[in-house]
Amino acid sequence: MSLYSIPMFRIFYFKGKSLMSLTTFLQQCLTGISLGGAYALIAIGYTMVYGILRLINFAHGDIFMMAGYFMIFAMASLPWFIALPVVLIVTTALGVGIERVAYKPLRSAPRMSVMISAIGVSYLLQNLATYLFTALPMGYPEVPGLKKVYQLGGLSASFVTFLTPVLTLILVYLLITLIQHTKMGMAMRAVSKDYETASLMGIDINRTISITFAIGSILAAVGSILYFTDRMTVFPFSGSLPGMKCFVAAVFGGIGSIPGAVVGGFLIGMGETALVAAGYSTFSDAFTFVILIVILLVRPTGLFGEKTTNKV
Amino acid sequence: MLKVDDLKIHYGGIEAVKGISFDVPDHSIVTLIGANGAGKSSTLRTIAGLVKASSGTISLDGEDITNMPSAKRVGKGIVLCPEGRRVFPDMTVLENIKIGAYLRNDDLTDDIENIYNLFPRLKERNWQLAGTLSGGEQQMLAVARSLMSNPEIMMLDEPSLGLAPIVVQEIFSIIKKINKERGTTILLIEQNANMALKVADKAYVMETGRITLSGTGAELLANDDIKAAYLGKKK
Repeated sequence: MSLYSIPMFRIFYFKGKSLMSLTTFLQQCLTGISLGGAYALIAIGYTMVYGILRLINFAHGDIFMMAGYFMIFAMASLPWFIALPVVLIVTTALGVGIERVAYKPLRSAPRMSVMISAIGVSYLLQNLATYLFTALPMGYPEVPGLKKVYQLGGLSASFVTFLTPVLTLILVYLLITLIQHTKMGMAMRAVSKDYETASLMGIDINRTISITFAIGSILAAVGSILYFTDRMTVFPFSGSLPGMKCFVAAVFGGIGSIPGAVVGGFLIGMGETALVAAGYSTFSDAFTFVILIVILLVRPTGLFGEKTTNKV
Repeated sequence: MLKVDDLKIHYGGIEAVKGISFDVPDHSIVTLIGANGAGKSSTLRTIAGLVKASSGTISLDGEDITNMPSAKRVGKGIVLCPEGRRVFPDMTVLENIKIGAYLRNDDLTDDIENIYNLFPRLKERNWQLAGTLSGGEQQMLAVARSLMSNPEIMMLDEPSLGLAPIVVQEIFSIIKKINKERGTTILLIEQNANMALKVADKAYVMETGRITLSGTGAELLANDDIKAAYLGKKK
């Protein structure tokens, strides 16, 4: 098999002619990794909430979108180093608030009801944003330094492109440490397995669920800052497509698994960028959903999915 | 002392427990025996706060805990070791033991050492995932986990369920030991009436949501009706 028959290398050689230099290829990889990092941060929110509530939180993409608006308004009146924590706090409050109002009262209801409630919240947030901020895209403010272009060898990219994957990996490392090695993480793992037994251990179920939503929302807010700094504008539906893609990333990696969501996020981000680079940008969104269909057909539990059989 | 007074429990329109009263004196072993569906598990789950009482009161040392959330009751010293063991299968044995002490913030080293003395088998399997243990080992782990909260009262829901007779004997001798050495009050429900009555200081017989008979373990063991109904011996 020649290299030519592998699609990735066809970018380099087409009919024997080089189409893309190595530098361009690495440049695209960097873009893909960076996009993937932002996706990974959002996908973690889906996977964590699924892990603990068995709920696909359809409102998560819209929380991400709202975080974009919060940043616009925070930066309009505050210096950036105050605006950033304010955005994180307000987004967290929104995520936890949604859980309290829309999901908590349905704790003992069938799962389908909670999911419908989540879809309702998603539409509510989109329409609320349209009503409050109009459907016109608003310019995303720039945190000083993030857009500054750096050269690394032949590669040139803005600081945010380099920062995103690094920050993502640091946050994921912290999160996994939290879950594996702290009491709070132990409580989260216990609640995600068995509410009743967890409460028999003295674990406050509602508090643990709130913490899970808080963590998911903080990561979505960080993801939103990184993503929108690159995209420059926010509009009321800018959360819906990335939200769906990150959901696919979570399913791809195996919903419920945090490393799975991260790997899924990076793979989807890189795959999309590769398609754009290869000139098929019209198909880049479709690509994500083809992956969803294929993974559901071939390996429904995803790459790192939960084993469903346990000896009990 | 745990006191249950005129407790009623409903599931939808069905009355599972129809007004029962009993007390569990400190440092004693009390057992509820009865057939399937008599309301034993419901009673225990209500005392643990997993099921809401429809009326009646539950009090611990004079304090009314009827409407306290279940997590808080653990802090008050009531712990339930649930039916079917329910260990956390994806956590290691040690993590399962530690999570039992979730509400405690003091040093656990000595307590874990004590637990391992009580259940040497668990020490050998320290790093194994709980889901890979045998049924008997899981039951021991479930008891160990419950003990880690330093309970005043430990409630056990069918600890003999699905275990080989020799393992059942082992579990019961450990339960007796816990009661004797630590002074932990035990409230036990069992279908294995013979085993339960042998260890019990006080026993109650439940039938379709009511307490129909009570006495010391020895009295009930000698009772002809009990023999016929629960111990499989002819009158």
